[in-house]
Amino acid sequence: MWDIILLMAPYAIAYSCPLMITALGGLYSERSGVVNIGLEGLMVIGSFAAAFTITTLGVPVWLGLVLAMLIAAAFSLLHAFASINLNADQIISGTAINMIAGAVTVFFARNITGSGNIRVSGLRRFDVPFGLSNIPVIGPFFFTNTYATTWLILGIVAFSIFLLYKTSFGLRLRSCGENPQAADAAGINVRRIRYYGVMISGALAGLGGATILVTYSGEFNGSVAGLGFLALASLIFGQWKPLGIVGATLFFGAATTISNVSQIIPEFAAIPEIVIRVFPYVVTLLALVMFSKSSAAPKAAGQPFDHGKR
Amino acid sequence: MKKIDKRVITSLMAVAAGLLAGAILILISGHDPVAGYYNLFRGGLITIQRIGNSLALSTTLILTGLSVAFAFRTGLFNIGAAGQMLIGGLSATVFALFVPAPRFVMIPCVILAALLGGAVWGAIPGFLKALFNVNEVVGTIMMNWIAYWIVSVFVRTTIPESEYVTTVSRPITGDMSLRVGWLTNIFSGSFINIGLFIAVIAAIVIHFLLNKTTLGFELKSVGFNRHGAEYAGIPVNRSIVLAMTIAGGLAGLAGVTFYLGYQHNMQVNVLPPQGYDGIAISLLGLGTPAGVVISAIFFGIMQAGKNFMSAQTQIPPEIADTIIAVIIYFAATAILMRRLIDYLGKRRRDKKPIDIVKDEPKGGES
Repeated sequence: MWDIILLMAPYAIAYSCPLMITALGGLYSERSGVVNIGLEGLMVIGSFAAAFTITTLGVPVWLGLVLAMLIAAAFSLLHAFASINLNADQIISGTAINMIAGAVTVFFARNITGSGNIRVSGLRRFDVPFGLSNIPVIGPFFFTNTYATTWLILGIVAFSIFLLYKTSFGLRLRSCGENPQAADAAGINVRRIRYYGVMISGALAGLGGATILVTYSGEFNGSVAGLGFLALASLIFGQWKPLGIVGATLFFGAATTISNVSQIIPEFAAIPEIVIRVFPYVVTLLALVMFSKSSAAPKAAGQPFDHGKR
Repeated sequence: MKKIDKRVITSLMAVAAGLLAGAILILISGHDPVAGYYNLFRGGLITIQRIGNSLALSTTLILTGLSVAFAFRTGLFNIGAAGQMLIGGLSATVFALFVPAPRFVMIPCVILAALLGGAVWGAIPGFLKALFNVNEVVGTIMMNWIAYWIVSVFVRTTIPESEYVTTVSRPITGDMSLRVGWLTNIFSGSFINIGLFIAVIAAIVIHFLLNKTTLGFELKSVGFNRHGAEYAGIPVNRSIVLAMTIAGGLAGLAGVTFYLGYQHNMQVNVLPPQGYDGIAISLLGLGTPAGVVISAIFFGIMQAGKNFMSAQTQIPPEIADTIIAVIIYFAATAILMRRLIDYLGKRRRDKKPIDIVKDEPKGGES
């Protein structure tokens, strides 16, 4: 059994990482007061931007990731402008982002390759040096067969915890999601902070989409198969907290890996496939029911900022 | 009346913005937008058979559009039409494949199965919203993916076409299909089916329900002001569950018209895009059944013509989806359009104060 878990761990972590960073992006946006269900579309944009820059333009992989973040952040401005300046319904705007992203990227991809799929030679797995991979138990679990993006993403998560809870920017961002009128009275520019929140969510979701491309997928095909929505579920399941998100995404990553290998590993074959597949979504619904009385959702998320409201 | 006119103009402007954005994209990608649009609409309308296909695609879109619009009138955002459509389609498919029945029993039964399947799938997030205040947007998104996996796993393991082809279900043909001979003949062999009548009847029923019944009044009041409705003694929670159940049923009907009419099987790993298109159609149709039907026909023509356009001009077919998506964005930002209309209107009024003085003796309408 231990052997199986060790064998699965790198896959589970590789699968969790894009979810984790995208959900963290969603956290920035929602904590600033803008609901972002466009995460799925922003991931697709990031995935396309990375595929386009790495394969078509021939830039190095790391630069492709950076460009994916920038392009997705720029694309998220559409959502930011609609929901912050025009007081549009954030759900509809986010849905539009998802649909535009899915259609436009395939439109361009078809102009490039005809089939609409772009292959990418991505990152290789490596064992962490300095003898870390030789540590018993932890070594094979965390430090062998890792991707560089995993460490980048964990670094961003750690930095985000610091940024959100230990800096004035973090406090301002969170206050805009809880009580924008109070934040406004304290002299904070609510609209600007919300722009930051949405653009960070765009950049991180773009990184998430690009990470899928350069790690386990290797091909852009115009979709991230609902991972953006799963990231949204992780955000809720993690109760809008960074460590909650880490826990939720690792959990979903493990669940998905189990369902992917359940056919070949007899220990898991006993569980019906359908149970494993719908598990994350059912768990999220149950979590919503359980937390319904004490939800940690930002109080002002989804509401346009009205300067005159008290 | 004047207010409605302004909203219609907003919708038309959203369409114009969508078409303009599409034209720009076509230009950027090095093609000719005029030829593109000419072939896009020709592809949907050039022959009687193509018109039939456009209507067949519109059929499904009318029903998903009605589903989203109906929930929206009660203040609920049904983003789960895709999942409800899948479950409706699966219920009808399972009934058709496993219950032997003559045609005149089979057709009403598969329609009913789809209606019930979709209704259940809509009712669950409705209950969660009413009882536990679970946001219906998140609830329906989760239900979408649960439906996606149920259909994928069930088709692959229980009703695959053959031992070797497990990506589609066993075909539904002949007596079990919603296609009927005389209709197919009129439209010279197109995919059109009796689903079109179901969709039109549904639109009429929903119009009647919303505008002529107490229930419709109650649902609309909950949509306008939930607390006001509660104070007036309207059972808000019951209204929420009921609205989601009916919305789910409509999307379920969309499933039977698509999977047993337009198509003849179900595929694995596809979340039908008609669910999200329904949001665009509902917004564009201003939430009214008549508007939904008109918007759905427009979208149906584009969806039916996109592959023809692609074959004629090398413009990728995704342009149609892009236009629809941009239309949603501009419909969502309708306030920008309305401000623009107001601004232009104000400027015109500011420009001719002298004319008003001249006209004054005739007596103004205002």
